Amino acid sequence: MSYVRPAFRHPESKTNAEGFTRQDYEGALSTLCAGCGHDSVSSGIVDACFELGVWPHRVAKISGIGCSSKTPTYFLGKSHGFNSVHGRMPSVATGANMANGEMAYIGISGDGDSASIGLGQFGHVARRNLNMVYIVENNGCYGLTKGQDSATTDVGSKSKKGDPNPFEAIDLCAMALQLGATFVARSFSGDKEQLVPLIKAAMTHNGFAFIDVISPCVTFNNTPASSKGYEFVRDHIEATGKMDFVPVRSEITANYEPGFTKEITLHYGSVIHLYKDDKLDCTDRGSAMRAIQEHNDKGRILTGLLYVDPDSKDFHKVQQTVKQPLRDLDEEDLCPGARALNAINGSLR
Amino acid sequence: MKPTNIKDPEYFHKVVDCQYACPAHTPVPEYIRLIASQRYTDAYMVNWESNVFPGVLGRTCDRPCEPACRRGRVEEEPVAICRLKRVAADNKEDVTGLLPAAGKSNGKKIALVGAGPASLTVARDLAPLGYELHIYDENAHGGGFMRSQIPSFRLPEEVLDEEVGYITDNGNVTTHYKQRVDSLKSLLGKDYDAVFVGSGAPRGRDLPGLPGRDEGAESIHIGIDWLASVAFEHRSKVGKKVIVLGGGNTAMDCCRTARRIGGADVKVIVRSPFADMKASPWEKDDAVAEDIPIIDNHVPLEFVIEEGKLVGMRFDRVKAEYDDKGKRSLISTGEEPAFYPCDEVLVAIGQENSFPWIERDIDIEFDKWDLPRLDAATFQSTNPKVFFGGDAAFGPENIITAVAQAHQAAISIDLFCRGEKLDSRPAPNVNLVSQKMGIHEWSYDNAVCDDQRYLVPHAEKSAALKDRKLEVELGFSTETGFEEAQRCLNCDVQTVFTDNLCIECDACVDICPTECINFIENGAEADLRGRLRMPANNSEQDLYVSGKLPTGRIMAKDENVCLHCGLCAERCPTSAWDMQKFLYQVSKASLIPGLPE
Ligand SMILES: Cc1cc2nc3c(=O)[nH]c(=O)nc-3n(C[C@H](O)[C@H](O)[C@H](O)COP(=O)(O)OP(=O)(O)OC[C@H]3O[C@@H](n4cnc5c(N)ncnc54)[C@H](O)[C@@H]3O)c2cc1C
Ligand SMILES: Cc1ncc(C[n+]2csc(CCOP(=O)(O)OP(=O)(O)O)c2C)c(N)n1
Ligand code: SF4
Ligand code: SF4
Ligand code: SF4
Ligand SMILES: [Mg+2]
Repeated sequence: MSYVRPAFRHPESKTNAEGFTRQDYEGALSTLCAGCGHDSVSSGIVDACFELGVWPHRVAKISGIGCSSKTPTYFLGKSHGFNSVHGRMPSVATGANMANGEMAYIGISGDGDSASIGLGQFGHVARRNLNMVYIVENNGCYGLTKGQDSATTDVGSKSKKGDPNPFEAIDLCAMALQLGATFVARSFSGDKEQLVPLIKAAMTHNGFAFIDVISPCVTFNNTPASSKGYEFVRDHIEATGKMDFVPVRSEITANYEPGFTKEITLHYGSVIHLYKDDKLDCTDRGSAMRAIQEHNDKGRILTGLLYVDPDSKDFHKVQQTVKQPLRDLDEEDLCPGARALNAINGSLR
Repeated sequence: MKPTNIKDPEYFHKVVDCQYACPAHTPVPEYIRLIASQRYTDAYMVNWESNVFPGVLGRTCDRPCEPACRRGRVEEEPVAICRLKRVAADNKEDVTGLLPAAGKSNGKKIALVGAGPASLTVARDLAPLGYELHIYDENAHGGGFMRSQIPSFRLPEEVLDEEVGYITDNGNVTTHYKQRVDSLKSLLGKDYDAVFVGSGAPRGRDLPGLPGRDEGAESIHIGIDWLASVAFEHRSKVGKKVIVLGGGNTAMDCCRTARRIGGADVKVIVRSPFADMKASPWEKDDAVAEDIPIIDNHVPLEFVIEEGKLVGMRFDRVKAEYDDKGKRSLISTGEEPAFYPCDEVLVAIGQENSFPWIERDIDIEFDKWDLPRLDAATFQSTNPKVFFGGDAAFGPENIITAVAQAHQAAISIDLFCRGEKLDSRPAPNVNLVSQKMGIHEWSYDNAVCDDQRYLVPHAEKSAALKDRKLEVELGFSTETGFEEAQRCLNCDVQTVFTDNLCIECDACVDICPTECINFIENGAEADLRGRLRMPANNSEQDLYVSGKLPTGRIMAKDENVCLHCGLCAERCPTSAWDMQKFLYQVSKASLIPGLPE
């Protein structure tokens, strides 16, 4: 078994606008099962960060417990990381974000981590609109503990163990929409053409950006009768339409495809181009919820960007807390002096 | 694109860059792995089966394998393939017991003209079959140019003697040394069933029209004749100031030999620009390291003679100009001719074939360059009994080419003597075996080492320049040999893809360090090459394309910079990728022991 990746890369590999190679965004060699969907998500994150040109040291990866939550070791090896307690990634991410609002936060979780033990935390971080990317690598089972059904397992779906699941599934996208998340998408680990632009858009969004990525567990839940296996997902998947992410920088070169039908400008000036004019209006929460429901009723899995609020106000803005890293606040900021204190006291009288 | 036909042995053969580039197609990675596991004798025999002179070639081969080596595309320098071959030769045990025995007589007799690598190879391949082989050479010992031209400081005599002996000691081989063949007609008149002509390209080019050539004759020598006279100890001195004309390997051997036998001020003067010189880069380096300046862009005008004695040479200074087709012309700069003083001149400006001993009325046709007309695959001449090989066949090349051609000529001679058709050539011996030993375990060392190429130590310069026979290159120690062997990427361990097992999970795409693998819509080759994750710009390297997968896409792998690291196969949940060792061996006239079990 190989423990290290060879050092050589393609001799024609390019660097990004910030001078980094793709290799600068890689992590340690994965120890997940061969063929696990989670590894593809990691690779998608590497691609997205490379293409966006983020600075690795300006990113923090935070996760809970599970095979999915192990993955931050396998990407962005030069970034910050915190592998927290089962289901508690949102609290740690919230704390970190409060202390330093200028970093990019990528939360990685699993369906067990978010929809079972961490459901409460998930709900609250969504409604607070914390500025972070929240990815659930959803395999419909507890992979790490050997494949028990999870809260996102569909009714009747059968894992390797073979018993049909009797319970109703939680749809995390629907829940996120209902709880006020300002960016909601669903994707599939086996479709990087869709996943990578979604991650890029999510990283550029100002607020809580949630992506539910169906990510098959090859070892315990990739049977023909499982609704989260490669084959089933490929047979039942439907996309909201092709999406392009156009970062601020490339407006100048304008090398994106023409012919888009909708353009959404994000907070910092990057743009999302949507190419299909179907019934879904991604800027309308109700439309997104209906689309999910309609596809569910037909037994189809709707993927792609479901909802985005380009004018979203993140937690700092709502709370009027400082986005600036707390460590950078100097004495003058922290102790505004007797006059300021008197003014506050005066206002309370 | 159509799915790649991996059943065609040539597909995977081409992936093994070094082996494919080698004229004899020596299974390079196979012997490099044997060296890494300290099985030097086995490594030697793999070589011997294929190239017959591993000890000689481990020192002197032109090594077309090295510029082809994949490692050179992935990092700076190729694996030191040639020097690893020498590690096998230097450290092997006694191999005489492993050599093929003389076959029981089949009643057929073959004459071989010349005892160079070509004839010796034919003899080796035919001896086990029971042929009676008679080798004629004008010199006192076998080896041909390997003995008369390649100086001892590059190739010690003992090494050559040993490997020539492995062949001539075979009971079916009789040598007739010091016997020049003056008439092929009379040779054909004897009771030989076939004749092999391995007489080389023994005539050195001269500058007959150049003013002063005749007056200075005593101090002007043809390079190859001069080298032979030094090698055979007819000559042991040279003047203090020596000019060597020419830019090929012969010029390099002349100048370095001159430095060792009295030449204090030795210069190489060449017509072409330095970069266009024919000599191998390492030979130029070695010459420069021995304080020999190489003066380029100088065309000889005259030998300057004073009082009947050569005192120097005059040259026109030129510059190279290239037309649209890249054809070079040397244009005079119009400056004053340059004068260089000298005591002796060695003319090393090329060699050519010459067959004064072959009559023109014995059904052997010659072309307008006075070369015999040959079948390029069988090496048979227009006289069906006469075969050619080595430098005598298509002009001067090198040892490994002579060997490769001789293997084919030997097959032809055997087919001919058995009355069979010459175009029914034997297929290569191929084998493809999975290297899987368990989950994620391979029977080859798949880790990729990122060490840079190791340098071969050289003898002390002052000592080397005093002794013509002191070998300059010392060879790798076994320790360095191991480290260098680890640099080999095992290009013969092939990535084999089975499309009906693939579930398109992307694990291989995600893990591949050099982004070789793609799941993509099919298209015509040029289109596909441009659309890959990393565009496949090296058109000399193939795309490996699968049949249609469940999503309608195909797998397309660019072979160009695959590291053969096996990670794709390790990460594949269904074993759609497997690492399989591909062995490709050119068939020989007889079964020669070589590959260990
Ligand atoms: C200076 C120099 C350096 C070289 N260095 C290298 C090197 O480092 N590496 C490399 O790969 N190649 C090298 N070569 C080329 C290499 O030596 C030849 O390509 C190779 O030896 C050709 O082999 P052959 O068997 O065809 O003929 P040769 O080796 O030329 O052998 C032919 C033999 O036949 C004999 N002969 C010819 N006519 C007759 C006759 N009528 N009767 C009897 N005997 C006859 C000749 O005397 C000679 O001994 C070098 C060549 C030269 C000139
Ligand atoms: C507090 C706590 N309870 C239970 C566990 C056991 N446990 C470990 S991982 C896991 C489920 C992980 O499932 P998921 O988040 O879907 O991750 P996956 O392995 O499927 O990617 C559980 C229940 C734990 N580690 N900690
Ligand atoms: S158990 Fe399942 S989720 Fe965990 S690494 Fe293996 S395939 Fe992936
Ligand atoms: S890396 Fe090894 S197998 Fe590959 S071309 Fe070089 S020597 Fe040959
Ligand atoms: S062996 Fe497989 S993973 Fe390794 S470089 Fe080649 S294609 Fe890529
Ligand atoms: Mg899970």
